[in-house]
Amino acid sequence: MTTTTAERRTAAPAPASEAHEVTGWAVIRRGLALSPQVMDGLGVTLFLALLSTVGASIVPIVVRAAIDDGLGDGSQMDEGRIFLYAGLTLVVVLLTAVAGYAMRIRLFTRSEVALSDLRVRAFRHVHDLSVLTQSSERRGVLVSRVTSDIDQISLFLQFTGVMIVVSVGQMLVATMIMAYYSWQLTVVVLVCFLPLWLSLTLFAKHMSRAYDTVRRTVGEMLAVIAEPVVGASVVRSYAIERRTQRRVDAGIDRNYRANIRAQSIVAVTFASAGVAGGLANAGVIALGVVLGVAGGLSMGTVIAFAFLVGLFVGPAQQATQVITDAQNAIASWRRVIALLDTPADVVDPGERGTTIPDEPLGARFDDVAFAYPGGPRVLTDVDVEIPPRQRVAVVGETGSGKTTFAKLLTRLMDPVEGAVRLGGVDLRDVPFSDLRRHVVMVPQEGFLFDATLRDNLRYGRTGATDAELETAFTDLGLADWFAGLPQGLDTQVGQRGESLSAGERQLVALVRAALADPALLVLDEATSAVDPQTELRATRALETLLSGRTSVTIAHRLSTAESADRVLVFDAGRLVQDGSHAQLLAEGGVYGRLHASWVAQSNLPGRMDA
Amino acid sequence: MSVDTAAPDDLTGTDDRIMRRGFGLLGRGIVAQKWWFTVSVVGSLLYGAMTVADAWVLGWATDHVIRPSFERGDVAEGALWTAVFLFIGVAVLRALGIVGRRLVGGLVYYRLIADYRRRVTRQYLSLPMSWHHRHPTGQLLSNANADVEATWAVFMPLPMALGVVAMLLTAIVAMVEADVVLTLVGLVVFPALFGINVFYQRWLSPKAARAQSLRGDVSAVAHESFDGATVVKSLGREADETERFRTATERLRDANIEVGRIRSVFDPLLEALPNLGILLVIVLGVGRVASGAAEPGDVVQVAYLFTVVAFPVRAIGWVLGELPRSVVSWDRVDSVLAATGSMQYGDRTLPGGGAVQLDLRDVTYTFPDADRPVLSHLDLHVGRGSVTAVVGSTGSGKSTLTSLLVRLVDPQQGRVELDGVDVRTLTHDDLASTVALVPQSTFLFDDSVRENVTLGSEGIDDAAVWDALRTVQAESFVQALPDGLDTQLGERGTTLSGGQRQRLALARALVRRPRLLVMDDATSALDPDVERRILAELAARTSDGTGPTVLVVAYRKATIALADEVVFLQAGRIVDRGPHHELVVRSEAYRDLVDAYDQAREAQ
Repeated sequence: MTTTTAERRTAAPAPASEAHEVTGWAVIRRGLALSPQVMDGLGVTLFLALLSTVGASIVPIVVRAAIDDGLGDGSQMDEGRIFLYAGLTLVVVLLTAVAGYAMRIRLFTRSEVALSDLRVRAFRHVHDLSVLTQSSERRGVLVSRVTSDIDQISLFLQFTGVMIVVSVGQMLVATMIMAYYSWQLTVVVLVCFLPLWLSLTLFAKHMSRAYDTVRRTVGEMLAVIAEPVVGASVVRSYAIERRTQRRVDAGIDRNYRANIRAQSIVAVTFASAGVAGGLANAGVIALGVVLGVAGGLSMGTVIAFAFLVGLFVGPAQQATQVITDAQNAIASWRRVIALLDTPADVVDPGERGTTIPDEPLGARFDDVAFAYPGGPRVLTDVDVEIPPRQRVAVVGETGSGKTTFAKLLTRLMDPVEGAVRLGGVDLRDVPFSDLRRHVVMVPQEGFLFDATLRDNLRYGRTGATDAELETAFTDLGLADWFAGLPQGLDTQVGQRGESLSAGERQLVALVRAALADPALLVLDEATSAVDPQTELRATRALETLLSGRTSVTIAHRLSTAESADRVLVFDAGRLVQDGSHAQLLAEGGVYGRLHASWVAQSNLPGRMDA
Repeated sequence: MSVDTAAPDDLTGTDDRIMRRGFGLLGRGIVAQKWWFTVSVVGSLLYGAMTVADAWVLGWATDHVIRPSFERGDVAEGALWTAVFLFIGVAVLRALGIVGRRLVGGLVYYRLIADYRRRVTRQYLSLPMSWHHRHPTGQLLSNANADVEATWAVFMPLPMALGVVAMLLTAIVAMVEADVVLTLVGLVVFPALFGINVFYQRWLSPKAARAQSLRGDVSAVAHESFDGATVVKSLGREADETERFRTATERLRDANIEVGRIRSVFDPLLEALPNLGILLVIVLGVGRVASGAAEPGDVVQVAYLFTVVAFPVRAIGWVLGELPRSVVSWDRVDSVLAATGSMQYGDRTLPGGGAVQLDLRDVTYTFPDADRPVLSHLDLHVGRGSVTAVVGSTGSGKSTLTSLLVRLVDPQQGRVELDGVDVRTLTHDDLASTVALVPQSTFLFDDSVRENVTLGSEGIDDAAVWDALRTVQAESFVQALPDGLDTQLGERGTTLSGGQRQRLALARALVRRPRLLVMDDATSALDPDVERRILAELAARTSDGTGPTVLVVAYRKATIALADEVVFLQAGRIVDRGPHHELVVRSEAYRDLVDAYDQAREAQ
């Protein structure tokens, strides 16, 4: 943990290029192109969507016809025609409902299929980006690319986008009908809604800012609510209950106020749409009557307008929310696209590659240099040859470049200069499947997946039988530890393996590595102290694991460096010393300093007396 | 699969009971926010009444303005102004109603949430640690967040739903007044709208809940896979991980499609129904007007009613659909609120100053569900101003021992004494200022470096903070932080390494000048060199009389060697004690334990 932080800090990954801020339409076009399943038959779906608005628009026409055909004055009623209209409308309304059903089914099915595919592609792409192994801070952000961002897009495709199409369609149809009936009344209606439409973008801006604040306060509130839970023992032992409660209350309160603010904007937009509707109705009746008396309009037309105005109110009420949702969705889509556009920097040559010979492996660094994108060099001029079966310890202070060295050796990253070769083959030419068969890295924290012990071990060798797994324990001298597990291979290890102790997780990680049976092992030695008995087990198991293999260990302990065939000392990104422990001790230098502090730590009375 | 669907099935199984409890829950929330709730319902009633009034005005205008004007060929001016005034007046009142309904309704909902979050977190702060140990962190966090939210979510549509009920009643009255036969249409269409909505929500909500839970699964797989990226990559498991993710994603996809199917059927149906009602009104209206039983305005009014009432009616469906989920969430929230017990503190303060003497007398502690005690009949004396190391293998009871000293838990038997005073008789503040515990895993607050060290204590100035940071070898890295002591830590701030975090936790303890310092393997993530320097400084202060009495749980020899005395713990009992060099000679078990690292090396 301690060793890599500084390196991670400098590893600030170039954010997925957002330099070219493209327009919303371009994002939608690009996004749809990425999901051909949505494009497939989109024209039909949109047509059905427009069709489904007809049902609402046709009713005012019938009302008008019915009134003008006699309902209006009750004298000479043409019942037959009214029934005919009603019958035809019934058919249209039913057809509209069927169109609405077909449109939704198509939309839900296709967009879900497309987005689940997009999710999986984005997920896979993240695993191909080296940023994942470089920066732990970025991981949460990457998770949201394949979860909440895609959810936003789905919301857009299934609701917001459709609502825009339908609302705009409905208003267009209504406007056309109105314009056909009376342009004067149409002007009245449009003028009443005009101020509202003009202020929409303003409302939307306020609303999206209000929602941003809500989201931020939610995050802050969750953090302070975690204090009395995760930090329960600290709060108790320092008697800071009152202070903690004040902080929690303040967090809850900020979130409350942010929500109320957002809510008041929603309420105001809703209310103003209603007022616009009322004004429009009043204007239509007033002008309609005046025009009608003058002989330009029928009574049915005036009343039909009241129904048509209703078609404007709903969309106007929803508009602000719809615009905000659409903006969020487009922002999400833009982020997902940017992720997919980030080139996979460590590329698998696949079939075209060269395989590594199946024999004891040696490694070679040819004048290797490395820098994180946009950052300074963290490793320079490394030229070193590691013969097969040599046991190498890499030492150096935090930020010296020793972890970078190990990551280059396992091709978690590629050098910016020079080449890393295994068995004579440039790592960049080796197919991943072949590389992972020959080289395995055992990270510092024995990370396990939330599954059974068996599942976790099979990460090392897919399809290994229970007998093989048990043999692996025995081979590493861990049969007694394994026998002590009541559930055996069915043991659930918990999230990140936390049902096991840190030391036990390391044991499992070693067995997993043994099952993979690589010719070259790269180890990042754990720094935190674990229970001594487990430590002893781990050390012995490791001993067995390393025998007969080439190994490179990032060492934090004197004993590891002492027992290695060779020690590589890194300082400020350079390989400064190279030799056996004894040789380097005689040289002094950086290694001398490191050694002195180790000795001070471990050479204590206990050993001398023992 | 069975796990995911189990909950919703249970809900439908005991339908009536759930609904009854749901109404009880509504009552509880209404009583808690009675004034604001009343305002929101008044707003909603106004909204409902004005919505119906809107249709009535149109009908009135038809009969009193439009038809007379058209018939006479001359504008009925007085009535026209009345109609204009009525349309605008109704719209403004309705807008007021909407503000009342949405804004004040939102106020009720958010006040309930905030109130219950405060109640739940107050419980977290007062319930004893033994209660905390029994409940997983994730569960407690979601009780305070998602569960409280879901409990009261039903209050969002509730005022509107009540307004709609009023609206429907008014609408029926308005219809009866207009025409009895047309009223019958309303009596068919409204209950149908209502029934379909309820049926829709009841069918939809378990499926929507299932999709929500699968969304959680997808996120969990992504989190885990990205967290374990180095393992995935190093073992070449990218393709298998992608398959695992695909499986979770496709289950979510299928659940979403299922939700979509239900929506696809009901949404068009609910849109079509009012239009069908209008047609029916017109067809029947023709006969009524012809027979002279109704005026054209009546027909127009009733037809218009369907267009304005159709959408709000959905609110009733939302309330009834939301109720089962609210009840389930409330059960979880209530289990926290109903929990009882708290640590009782005394009223004494410890006299004097400087290092204290610690005594454990016949102390036995058994975990709530365990059958064997983790500490049994422990007697321990730690002299004033001494450094004592506690050594023992995993499960020997070391951590439990440290938590007794700050009363995270109390022993079932025996006493813990500071300078001869039972810790249970001390006030909480006095105990906290006397004893400082630095636990193995560090908790940092989402706050500045300074606040993380002082924890809000006003008596601690920056000089004292820097002094503590210097002691724990943290001065230089804190100086290098972008804003020094003001640097924000945590989620939205700077991330520190494990060793840096442990050093801040140590500084937090030291800055309060405790009289007894307890460290539970609190230096495990430090570089050995840094650890040695910190401990040497501490030990020097203790021995020259300016520092606290120190009790330290340790594995590393560097730590152990600084102790005046070592207490060797095995299976909850002290099996040996004395200076390290003596124990090493006389106890083989002790030698094995502390020499494990070195033995490991010699085995190579």
